[in-house]
Amino acid sequence: MPLKAKEPFRFFTRLSLTAATGNKAKDLKSLVEHLKVASEAVIYQHTHRFLQQHQFLAPEPPNDFAYWVTNILQDEKLGERLEAIDTVRFSSLSDLRQAVIEVLEKGLTQNGSSREVPEGKEFHFMRSIRFSIPTPYQALDLAQFADCLKKVSISSLYLHIFEAKLRPPLGVNDFSYWFENELQELDLAQKVANLDPYTHTLEGLRSKIVTLIEKRLSEINYATP
Amino acid sequence: MPRLEEYRQIVGADTIEELRLLAGYLKGRTMLHVNSTAVGGGVAEILNRLMPLFSELEIAARWELIKGGEAFYAVTKKFHNALHGDRQEIAPKDYQVYEDVLDQNLSQMNCEADLVFIHDLQPAALVKKRKGLKNHWIWRCHIDLSQPDSQVWEFLKPYVEAYDACVFHAPSFAQKLTIPQIMIAPSIDPVSDKNRELEPHEVEAILERLKIPTDKPLVTQISRFDYLKDPLGVIEAFQKVNPYVDARLLLVGGMADDDPEGAQVLAQVQEKAKNNPDVIVLCLSPTSHIEINAIQRASAVILQKSLREGFALTVTEALWKAKPVIASAVGGIPLQVVHKYSGLLVHSIEGTAYAIKQLLSEPAYAKKLGQNGREHVRQNFLLTRHLRDYLLLSLFILNRQSDFIHLSLPDGTLKSQTSTIINP
Repeated sequence: MPLKAKEPFRFFTRLSLTAATGNKAKDLKSLVEHLKVASEAVIYQHTHRFLQQHQFLAPEPPNDFAYWVTNILQDEKLGERLEAIDTVRFSSLSDLRQAVIEVLEKGLTQNGSSREVPEGKEFHFMRSIRFSIPTPYQALDLAQFADCLKKVSISSLYLHIFEAKLRPPLGVNDFSYWFENELQELDLAQKVANLDPYTHTLEGLRSKIVTLIEKRLSEINYATP
Repeated sequence: MPRLEEYRQIVGADTIEELRLLAGYLKGRTMLHVNSTAVGGGVAEILNRLMPLFSELEIAARWELIKGGEAFYAVTKKFHNALHGDRQEIAPKDYQVYEDVLDQNLSQMNCEADLVFIHDLQPAALVKKRKGLKNHWIWRCHIDLSQPDSQVWEFLKPYVEAYDACVFHAPSFAQKLTIPQIMIAPSIDPVSDKNRELEPHEVEAILERLKIPTDKPLVTQISRFDYLKDPLGVIEAFQKVNPYVDARLLLVGGMADDDPEGAQVLAQVQEKAKNNPDVIVLCLSPTSHIEINAIQRASAVILQKSLREGFALTVTEALWKAKPVIASAVGGIPLQVVHKYSGLLVHSIEGTAYAIKQLLSEPAYAKKLGQNGREHVRQNFLLTRHLRDYLLLSLFILNRQSDFIHLSLPDGTLKSQTSTIINP
């Protein structure tokens, strides 16, 4: 029989509102200037929100900066470099901000003068107002966990898989952490941690994790006389 | 009256559960919405559908209307057009008319509620009443403020900054303000008469009753008769392609209580259309929801050739019915129509004419645009998303406007160290 956890896994959900800052950039230079002083809520908004908003499509442009530079500023080469920034690899928003700035500054150096976009096509800096909300779902073992995972919203999945990496213990998703520390399911924890979020929609990710858990459950049941 | 359960099939069980979860934190709170008209236009339509859902979620929400007169609405129409960036002759007495009417309303309206939502510019100055009330005020702007007339905006701005927060449809409408500016797109109700599924025989019967011939494909614009919706430009665009395509243009409109220009625009449209038997002009009452639904479903192409727009819910409605849409790239329309993906964006009469010809001659392409549009609306512009955003906005305001809000369970059984208390 699978182990029971001492601490149940409580599913939370992440919802957010978007707020305008009133700041906008019309070229690379002003984009960098604003980025340097923007709050972390702004960095979060432009690098993480896409995952929630476009959950039904994959693959998606990984951040708003890449989209704007490619499609509006029409600098495809630089846009591609921005796209290649692996958002989920960063365990802090300030490191992520620095990575974006470095790519943009390199682009500025190489391109020389900065191209301006027409009026109305500026990059609007926005910030994310985040809500962390406990759901009624909690699990003490793998079977309960799988059951809950089938029912929670994809915003919940997003919070535990993607955003979890931004808070302690840094770089680890909540599911893997709980599997490892509460259920001693090291292999399952590793398999979930290895899932590449860019190759799945959130719904796809949900079903993949449920399958991994159910497979593990059948192994346990088979091994139990 | 809509019930949340009706949306389960359309948006999924998790969305409905999320709404109930959020509403748990606002149980017993009171909410007041104020605008200037009960029928006609998107604001009234959305409020009509949202109010019963607030009640079902045990949030005591009221909806009040301000009382204006002909002179007041003539002034607010001018302000409205000026804020949309249209040049208007505004006299000092116009500002006085606005202030006087709002002052009369102030003395009559009960604004006691935990959260007061004021919709659009007509009632914006009601915020004067907040002194001494100790409640929270939110200004919900439904118009395109991307290029406002500076004189009217400077007049309005001190009122706006007296609110706790304001709400816009699109980032491009945001201004330099001292209060938070929240982005909330409007929405349509998929179970309302305007948008629910209709059987082909129902559509047929309604078109027959309205005497709309269906022998040729219908190219339709549904909008108030308003210069900013450019109905005259629509006729011109149609006339350019009329010799090459066998279709009819249908201009369907109504008039809102707070729009005194409507009759004049309708007369001009009728005059321009009178010599072309393929152009049909239809004036419907603001409550002709099922008729609009049937007309949209019977149309081959939907147009929205506005010169300025707040959001254009007529576009949302058409996309939800998987119709190919040709619309101007103004206001909130580009949020809905991604060019060549969920419709075609145009910038001129010539562009509109070309797009009509293109979609009528390539039905497979037109169909694909419509299908993509429907999914885009399902994800982003249905009433349940709007309701969720209003609940989140209320929590944001009640939580002293923190950027990171951790909530405990409504019954207090789960608290985190970082949680803020929402019932101070």
